[in-house]
Amino acid sequence: MNIYEFLSTPLESCQRTGPHDGVVLSSRVRLARNLRAVPFPGRAKKSERVKACEIIRKGVEELPEMIGAFADSMEHFDVTDKQVLVERHLISREHAAKSAGSGLVLSRDETLCVMINEEDHLRMQSLQPGLQLKKAWQAIDEVDSRLETKLDFAFSSDLGYLTACPTNLGTGIRVSAMLHLPGLVLSEHINQIIQSVTKLNHAVRGLYGEGTEALGHVFQVSNQMTLGESEPDIVERIHKVLLQIIELEMNARTKMLQTKPKVFFNHIGRAYGILAHSHSISSKETMNLLSLMRLGVGERMFPGVEKALLDELFIVTQPAHLQKQFTDKLEAEERDILRADMLRDRLKKVAGPVIPA
Amino acid sequence: MLCCQCNENEATVHLTEVVGDKMKKVDLCEACAKAKGVSDPAGFALADLLLGLGASQQVEQSAGSEGGQLTCSSCGFTQADFKKTGRLGCSECYNSFADGLEGVLKTMHKGTRHVGKVPKALRRARDVSDQLKTLQKKLDKSITTENFEQAAVLRDEIKKLQKRLAEVAAP
Repeated sequence: MNIYEFLSTPLESCQRTGPHDGVVLSSRVRLARNLRAVPFPGRAKKSERVKACEIIRKGVEELPEMIGAFADSMEHFDVTDKQVLVERHLISREHAAKSAGSGLVLSRDETLCVMINEEDHLRMQSLQPGLQLKKAWQAIDEVDSRLETKLDFAFSSDLGYLTACPTNLGTGIRVSAMLHLPGLVLSEHINQIIQSVTKLNHAVRGLYGEGTEALGHVFQVSNQMTLGESEPDIVERIHKVLLQIIELEMNARTKMLQTKPKVFFNHIGRAYGILAHSHSISSKETMNLLSLMRLGVGERMFPGVEKALLDELFIVTQPAHLQKQFTDKLEAEERDILRADMLRDRLKKVAGPVIPA
Repeated sequence: MLCCQCNENEATVHLTEVVGDKMKKVDLCEACAKAKGVSDPAGFALADLLLGLGASQQVEQSAGSEGGQLTCSSCGFTQADFKKTGRLGCSECYNSFADGLEGVLKTMHKGTRHVGKVPKALRRARDVSDQLKTLQKKLDKSITTENFEQAAVLRDEIKKLQKRLAEVAAP
């Protein structure tokens, strides 16, 4: 089966709902694990990586959680396939650069995703829509407990789980949430928030993780420290920080609507205008404008429009998803035109914004 | 502003890292940034990026004090490799470079000792050895208070537990 037959359509994946999903797009808990007897992937020889990948893949595929899962070696994906997986947030950009000796196992419901031989032998992640960090942690904790009976993980009683990079040492856990924060960006409070969150030793990143821009007003908040604190404590601490950010974002939206309604409506009206009427539009501009329209949907400015439509357009207008719909290799300018055509078509039935009562 | 690496060229790449309430700034010129791999975030010396210039030097100093380059006996990884990649070669590297790493971990994490999940097989061994420690303390106390009857009971229990520990610890 190829990955496109397996993956849910962008629309299906956007119809998953969870608590606070107006602000929290998704929750993720990732664990890093390594086999004791094999050098870390960056150091292992190709033959060692291939062998380790086989052993791990077998162990993962045998898990009850992975019945009906998709599993393949990274060499069987072309550049566009890999980029589609990155755009769905299923694999990291680093993993997209891998080939033979690295693998991917994705559960039938797409909530569990295991990258084999990324930076560590195993990067297993649990994904949930909205704010559901505890649920995500419990799910991945179970997977890990089952796997440890089959695979001999590198663990030291002093340092915990041993990882290729010392930044992941100990618990090997990365707890993160993807946040949509247009209110805080427009009210120019975002830098303050980022600073306070960093002070609490959490990291704030852009849409695609490390070193990326906050396109579409989407930010990723995650823990930075992995050693010296237990997993449930880390989860709880991030959860509390996120609840505060959600409150601040909602306040920023309300306040802007009350004090500067014209500025607010102007942003959303223009976003709709360009998206529904342009004939060439870049991926970056699209994301930023879709983000504003999503904000408008949240404030009931587009009656009858679900935010799932915006989330879907957010995915399908990205370069690899767009490329996938056409057989010929597209240049950036061609993509911009096709993207605009698609947006005009999809927004044809969406009436312009109304001022909410 | 001059590049803080070569002190010759104009710095055009500026990195800022906030750790706790301390802000660290690194200003690099185009050439040094490229040499350090800043354009490729994954390849950048992470230890430097996260801890300010100096963290990997710290590892280097404590490891290189014997004159030669310290090398992991298991995978052949060197401190220069760690400096370059910010990553270690294998799980044994944590023993090979333990002295230098301690300082790095202190600045990076909340503590330097693991708190949290332990694989079940090891957890059993850990539980038994914790129990042993408590019993040993009780035994010491009963000896000092000359409660020999209790001491004899405790001694037998300790023997039993030691036997069990040997069983669970065996692969």
